[in-house]
Amino acid sequence: MLNPLKANSRVLRRASIRRLAQPSVSVISNPIRSAGSLSQRPNSGFVSFPGALKSSFTSSLKFETPESYTALPTYRVVDQNGQVVDPSFSPDISDEAVIKLYKDMLYISIMDLIMFDAQRQGRLSFYMVSAGEEAVSVGTSSVLDKDDPVFCQYREQGLFKERGFTTEQFMSQLFANRNDNGRGRNMPIHYGCKPLNIHTVSSPLATQLPQASGAAYALKLQRLQDPSSKPRVAAVFFGEGAASEGDFHAALNIAATRSCPVVFICRNNGFAISTPTLDQYRGDGIASRGIGYGIDTIRIDGNDIWAVREATKKAREMALQDGGKPVLIEAMTYRVSHHSTSDDSFAYRARVEVEDWKRRDNPITRLRKWMEAKGCWDEAKEKEARDSLRKEILKGFSEAEREKKPPIGSMFEDVYESLTPDLKEQMGQLKELLETYPEEYDVASYEGGVASLDVPKDN
Amino acid sequence: MSRFLRPAARLAASTRAATSIKANAPSFSQAIARPVYFGGSSQSRAYAEGAGVKEYTVRDALNEALAEELEANPKVFILGEEVAQYNGAYKVTKGLLDRFGEQRVIDTPITEMGFAGLATGAALSGLHPVCEFMTFNFAMQAIDHVVNSAAKTLYMSGGIQPCNITFRGPNGFAAGVAAQHSQDYSAWYGSIPGLKVVSPWSSEDAKGLLKAAIRDPNPVVVLENELMYGQSFPMSEAAQKDDFVIPFGKAKVERAGKDLTIVTMSRCVGQSLVAAENLKKNYGVEAEVINLRSIKPLDLESIVQSIKKTHRLLVVESGYPAFGVGAEILALSMEYAFDYLDGPAQRVTGAEVPTPYAQKLEEMSFPNEQLIENFAAKMLRL
Repeated sequence: MLNPLKANSRVLRRASIRRLAQPSVSVISNPIRSAGSLSQRPNSGFVSFPGALKSSFTSSLKFETPESYTALPTYRVVDQNGQVVDPSFSPDISDEAVIKLYKDMLYISIMDLIMFDAQRQGRLSFYMVSAGEEAVSVGTSSVLDKDDPVFCQYREQGLFKERGFTTEQFMSQLFANRNDNGRGRNMPIHYGCKPLNIHTVSSPLATQLPQASGAAYALKLQRLQDPSSKPRVAAVFFGEGAASEGDFHAALNIAATRSCPVVFICRNNGFAISTPTLDQYRGDGIASRGIGYGIDTIRIDGNDIWAVREATKKAREMALQDGGKPVLIEAMTYRVSHHSTSDDSFAYRARVEVEDWKRRDNPITRLRKWMEAKGCWDEAKEKEARDSLRKEILKGFSEAEREKKPPIGSMFEDVYESLTPDLKEQMGQLKELLETYPEEYDVASYEGGVASLDVPKDN
Repeated sequence: MSRFLRPAARLAASTRAATSIKANAPSFSQAIARPVYFGGSSQSRAYAEGAGVKEYTVRDALNEALAEELEANPKVFILGEEVAQYNGAYKVTKGLLDRFGEQRVIDTPITEMGFAGLATGAALSGLHPVCEFMTFNFAMQAIDHVVNSAAKTLYMSGGIQPCNITFRGPNGFAAGVAAQHSQDYSAWYGSIPGLKVVSPWSSEDAKGLLKAAIRDPNPVVVLENELMYGQSFPMSEAAQKDDFVIPFGKAKVERAGKDLTIVTMSRCVGQSLVAAENLKKNYGVEAEVINLRSIKPLDLESIVQSIKKTHRLLVVESGYPAFGVGAEILALSMEYAFDYLDGPAQRVTGAEVPTPYAQKLEEMSFPNEQLIENFAAKMLRL
């Protein structure tokens, strides 16, 4: 009845189910050897057990220890002083395009400062900055195709900016006003944008990982069904803390076994809220996990936007080879900021350590040094850029803050594709309540006022 | 006796039960070996009569539904543990791999959160996956994807990211599989805005509801029952066609009656129908049996209509009593049908204990035909 190979590995968990699984009609008993069946050849020096095909026999009893391997190297192109260390490197984009990337990084670092303070003033409930990690999000975004679907964790505002998310879109989401793509239903920084192919940020940690594998699988199927369609990969971001979730392991394993064209991008910034990497994992970082799952992997200097670009470009190419496969990038950075506005990181790390990182190595200053050495940037341009970006953000800030809130009726919409009778009934009841007690409820700040609760007739 | 040991306590308290329970409760091995046939002379049925009616097992009905939807829409694919090579742990996906290929009928590693997450991601990217759980007991590993991602993303994305996905697999009480394989998740998923939840009983239910689930643009949880897979039901000619779907939110009156309304779902429908026949034979009362079919949305209207006629309500389900589907329907009957009730609405549920393995204890943990009959008789003071 049972396939003995399968039964052995699953018997503990599924035995009772298997017993019941016998259908009333008799099935199975398959005499034909399938392509997957293997046997150990006599006198072979190599293992042919189904679970390990490339292993040779040995007579020495030796356990492998993690220490017997040197840590994976960290790829970089430009060092902390902005000097090119890879002699083969030459920039693949124009100076103008580099300046655009630099300004994107600068933009989010300025926006982060403004919004962090705004949260402290009580003008929004929550914020998360990405200080120190701008190169990872901006750099990867700049070499992914704009049609590649992306799943973010929550610290990738640089990717949104690089893809073309506007100040109005950022601010509308943060202030949950009527122009917010998410219709005011999400916490701040949970951006999402369909035209930019970026999935809405979802709070539960690491769920985006298997979902990205699924998006990649969808791309693969779509391409199989329509070979003339554009080859695309899915990209997904996560932190080294999220990699402790079961979802991470499930995602890598299923992406590897189903050959999904997905680029996993880990921002290893040293901290999961307050937990340092030493308490987060043992072994050689996240990259070593990728190799364990049979996935092509690279570790890069996440503060070097050129390394990020080169590695991501190559990873994207590889992910599309052989009908699709996953690739893992571990980008090493340092989380200069607090985890979020709900965190004070000086409770668990020294202020001097953070100041040290800020001064010694920062993705923005590193690119600035490179640009200055190349002669396409200087102090005057820096000042001008900072001033104009700051002005643009503050303008968007005050406009968004004054904007009306989403219509009250939108509270009931999109629970399902169309309004159910229950939801319509609730809408009607709320409308009745608001109309009965107009003195008690001020609905003027919501677009459309009470009228937005008129139950649509068409569905 | 503890009210939490509900069925067992009531069984023990019932003088009528003592003698007849052994004879009437089919043992596990019987249930597996000998498929029970419904739709015989003992039950009057409103559909599946006349020319062209064929006997279908629930398994075959589900298989046909999957095959038809895979055939009709290239966006549909099915994945789960052992659904392809092995034809499914319960053979529901039999033959689909050969017919549709390994890109659309996919064996996954043993990782519920992995493949449920993959399916959710594929759905968010425009495909229409059918995600099979070997049982919904194992889906707890993946419930984050079902509840936090699939059910909420449309809303939280501002309506831009639909998630057309179907989660399906066996649910509820089986036989001989103890506490970790016997739980009924109707109430769990039924409490989540954004999800639709259906629970088929017959072959027509199974086919029509599964097809509707796959076509529905929202995430749908299809709660099947393992012990129903092998049971045969007549399938009308209309239901054998590939355009047959059953609308959500509509219950079905499986047996008309005037003295008592029994609202139930999934495997308990069959038990309740047997109990209703016996109530007629032994006491001369006519019980109306309502097969909910759909847990969410719930067809409150049909329930209230029936209460207006019978003035008595009994809910039968296999879940735990606390905060369950029965609890919800009883609460709704207070809100919407209180004036029509001649006595307190009541429920027969699974026992408030982790299901024991030992056969006799397990039998006492769940509703059965005799228990339902006895409890109804007591309720009606017969």
